[in-house]
Amino acid sequence: MTTRFQLSDCGGLAVMVSERLVLLRGSGALWLEAERALVVADLHFEKGSSYAARFGQMLPPYDTRETLSRLEAEVAALAPATLIFLGDSFHDGAAEDRLAADDADRLRALSVGRDLIWAVGNHDADGPRALPGQVIDELSIGGLILRHEPEPGVQPGEVAGHLHPAARVSSGRGSVRKRCFVTDGQRLILPAFGAYTGGLNILDQAFSNLFAAPPLAGALGGKRVHAVGPRSLRPD
Amino acid sequence: MVPADLLPQRLSEWFAARGWSPRAHQLAMIEKAKAGRDALLIAPTGGGKTLAGFLPSLIELYERPPRNAPAGVHTLYISPLKALAVDVERNLMTPIREMGLSIVAESRTGDTGEARKARQRIRPPDILLTTPEQLALFCAWEGAREYFADLSCVIIDEAHAMWPSKRGDLLALGIARLQTFAPRMRRVGLSATVDDPDLVRRWLGKNQDPPPEGGGVAEGDGEGSKPTSTASSPSGPPGHLPLQGEGLSVDLVLGSGGAQPVVEVLVSGGRVPWAGHTAQHAMAEVYDIIAASRTALVFVNTRFQAEFAFQELWKLNDEGLPIALHHGSLSAEQRRKVEAAMARGELRAVVCTSTLDMGIDWGDVDLVIQLAAPKGASRMVQRIGRANHRLDEPSRALFVPASRFEMLECRAAADAILENHLDGEPARIGALDVLAQHVMGCACSEPFKLVDLYDEVRTAGPYADLSWEDFETVVDFVSTGGYALRTYDRFRRIVEDKDGFWKARNAQAVQRHRMNVGAIVSPAVVNVRIGGGRRPMGGRKIGEAEEGYFEQLTPGDTFVFAGQVWRFNSLVGADAFVTPAPDKDPKMPSWGGSKFPLSTYLAGRVRKMMHDEAEWLALPPDVQEWMAYQKARSLIPDEDEMLLETFPRGKRFHMVMYPFEGRLAHTTLAMLLTRRLDRLGVGPLGFVCNDYALNIWSLKPMDELDLNDLFDQDMLGDDLEDWLNESFLMKRAFKACALVGGLIERRYPGEEKSGRQVTFSTDLIYDVLRKHQPDHLLLRCARADAATGQLDVARLGDLLARIKGRIRHAALDKVSPFAVPIMLEIGRERAPGDAASDMILAEAEEDLIAEALS
Repeated sequence: MTTRFQLSDCGGLAVMVSERLVLLRGSGALWLEAERALVVADLHFEKGSSYAARFGQMLPPYDTRETLSRLEAEVAALAPATLIFLGDSFHDGAAEDRLAADDADRLRALSVGRDLIWAVGNHDADGPRALPGQVIDELSIGGLILRHEPEPGVQPGEVAGHLHPAARVSSGRGSVRKRCFVTDGQRLILPAFGAYTGGLNILDQAFSNLFAAPPLAGALGGKRVHAVGPRSLRPD
Repeated sequence: MVPADLLPQRLSEWFAARGWSPRAHQLAMIEKAKAGRDALLIAPTGGGKTLAGFLPSLIELYERPPRNAPAGVHTLYISPLKALAVDVERNLMTPIREMGLSIVAESRTGDTGEARKARQRIRPPDILLTTPEQLALFCAWEGAREYFADLSCVIIDEAHAMWPSKRGDLLALGIARLQTFAPRMRRVGLSATVDDPDLVRRWLGKNQDPPPEGGGVAEGDGEGSKPTSTASSPSGPPGHLPLQGEGLSVDLVLGSGGAQPVVEVLVSGGRVPWAGHTAQHAMAEVYDIIAASRTALVFVNTRFQAEFAFQELWKLNDEGLPIALHHGSLSAEQRRKVEAAMARGELRAVVCTSTLDMGIDWGDVDLVIQLAAPKGASRMVQRIGRANHRLDEPSRALFVPASRFEMLECRAAADAILENHLDGEPARIGALDVLAQHVMGCACSEPFKLVDLYDEVRTAGPYADLSWEDFETVVDFVSTGGYALRTYDRFRRIVEDKDGFWKARNAQAVQRHRMNVGAIVSPAVVNVRIGGGRRPMGGRKIGEAEEGYFEQLTPGDTFVFAGQVWRFNSLVGADAFVTPAPDKDPKMPSWGGSKFPLSTYLAGRVRKMMHDEAEWLALPPDVQEWMAYQKARSLIPDEDEMLLETFPRGKRFHMVMYPFEGRLAHTTLAMLLTRRLDRLGVGPLGFVCNDYALNIWSLKPMDELDLNDLFDQDMLGDDLEDWLNESFLMKRAFKACALVGGLIERRYPGEEKSGRQVTFSTDLIYDVLRKHQPDHLLLRCARADAATGQLDVARLGDLLARIKGRIRHAALDKVSPFAVPIMLEIGRERAPGDAASDMILAEAEEDLIAEALS
């Protein structure tokens, strides 16, 4: 089966996931127009400071505010009614306590006039404690099932994160490595949204059992999402 | 005769038994040591330089009275190469044994076993031979002060190769530390010929010392092991060198030179190709010359050229001459095999890159061949010095230019070498990321007070002008990361106690620092292994290659490596799997190796030669003809002018400039000009650069542009800043600084972090830091590095100043003779960057669409 896709005006890519049209945004977020829901996965807030706390390694502590800026830009552009975090929103259990006061304020401000939904992930199994919003394991919305970690087997309509997909894309000119969406039309995996999150090549074994047909990658370019087929993908 | 008070009888007898007498510079070094003076010895290879450095120590150790307590290290010898430290250990033990001295000399490198290292700590050898990285580790050891308390002398070998680099910065800081431990320690530098010895003296010396009394230059008189040795030195008459370095604490000793080298330029078959880098046209003649020599070193500038030349020579090798290959990507084992075969005199030629620029002596080399242009006179003198390490026989060198501009460059280099003019280096300012590493090391060793460490650091030449503010910034960076957002104050890596002493926070911080010491940052490399199929098993390793190399290959592609053709099968983790493909024509994509920029000095000579028609007569007829055509069809600029040509070709309009400032500076200039041309609306489409020229092409003509405006120096302001911030060069420079400064780590206790992971995360860190704290210490360091290294901004600045108001514009209706070589290079280059990476994505997408429609 060929995955159906269409470029949208905003630089995003509209794709069918289990008979449902969704928009893959250039930021790495997922937009569900009918529900006015914005979905982001794997923000890993306070990943930078976790290295300082654990190892004394002083990475720039600005990753949370950088991730927040990206998120605020999407919220400003789309005015979602619901903002859904698809798990691993915090890098570790103590990350929420390490948030700088002004970053925490910005997060709270995002909840004004909309619902915040925190799906839990393996890094943040309890979800946030002090921040507003609802903490859940998984969520059904508009015919899709949203959860952090993809379930094994055929899962039509599943939208997940966890794997941090990235594509190495090659043309005659050379090759580049970019974060990406990946979907076979049945299931959709979101790229990690956080500023310090790395990527796992979608040719890695971790992806091999998730898709029946060779999947399509939606690679995040400088200005838009590029649809990339299996022929142009390379291992690392 | 040697004065008896200089050389003990036991040592004089050793010289006499060999039919030698000590050379003048060897005696001068003994005098300096007896006077307690620091000394820099500058002498060509083969002049008994190493022995000159060690003789004073051998004498002191011989004359030292017996003592009850075990003595500490007397002399610390530091070499840039591990192999050289081991080699010198061997070479030093021979005279020690023959003189019957009871002196222990041992090497200690990254390859030394743990048991031996542990023993060396408990029972120090009299002479310890090691590398700058090992010294940095010593400096981060809690026992350092006691261990080096008896140190009398530190000897820095190949000082010319170390001082102008981050390794040199780290070493200078280490020497300053040693001096604190052992205030009476003497500093000795050994160096090949350099343009300005004062720069090396300043680096080596103890800053803030009062100017020396009676310090200055001692001259070797050329009296060597054989009485016939005379002739002028490649280092020139001593009078050519500045005699007094004002305020320098290190005395200068000049060794006698050998015979004048014989340098020739090969014009194969009487012609020189228009363009190219490989000198393929001359290979048959090069082979014949190798066959007629005893042993030849064939130097090339890149690994690609090395592989190529090796292949070509073997195609011609009907006689089956033992010709070997040596470059930095081959496995250490393979390189050692070649070196050993060379030492045994079994090889007739070695094709090599800068890996053999210095190091182990091979007496049998009688010819040095430089394939393609040498790029700098100083490096070439080093290379020529590899031939004939006997002072009385002239070294023979042959230049083989690969193109016409290279012909000019080779001629200029040959003249420069004969006239003894070498490339100048700019003075060195110590890098702050290196200082950060040193500060952390000091904290791992023992508690320090800020003011004391500041004073000590400023005694190191490269840090003489370090401001207190910068020092505090560095210490804050080491402690908390130095962020305006004071998030990490509670996680400090180094902490101050109530008495004002700073020390490492805990044992974990110490261990992590010690695992990451060093100022050499290599690009991420993958192992090249034999293996194929779907599940490759760990086959034999044939070498290493930079990660980026395999990113250009698709499984099934063939390439040349280690002198053979291979098929690329897969890249798994840090291993590239390949199988031999002996019958295939290699696809051979571009092969990253170090590319040296043309030295400023040599570039100036080329410009002069080009302008002066009398000099053309020294060039081959086809090159002379080419220059005459250029004069008739376009123009030949004056020495201080820059030629700029504009002409249409096909549907494009070209602008070709000839600054002769080297590829790096040209690339930077092209990037900046392209931005400006874009703003001017002429629609620049692409550019290509080589060492001599740059070529920009556009949609619209560029004849009418105001050139003085276009080349205004203000392009080094905002334009440079804007472009630089986006540039992958900055990301690479930042990564290197982050590794050296300890922000990210190469190795964690218990796990190896692969270069691949580091590549990814530093780019993310760079993007975030640049946005939120653009004035952070490490971004400052990265900008400084990019400006001097990758981008050559300093040189570009000089260029813009030089050509201001002196651009000679030739508006032509077709391509000029000079422009042909650079036109031929179009299509061979690709410019990485954000625009290019989006283009790759877009192309891949078109590919998908085509696939969908077919």
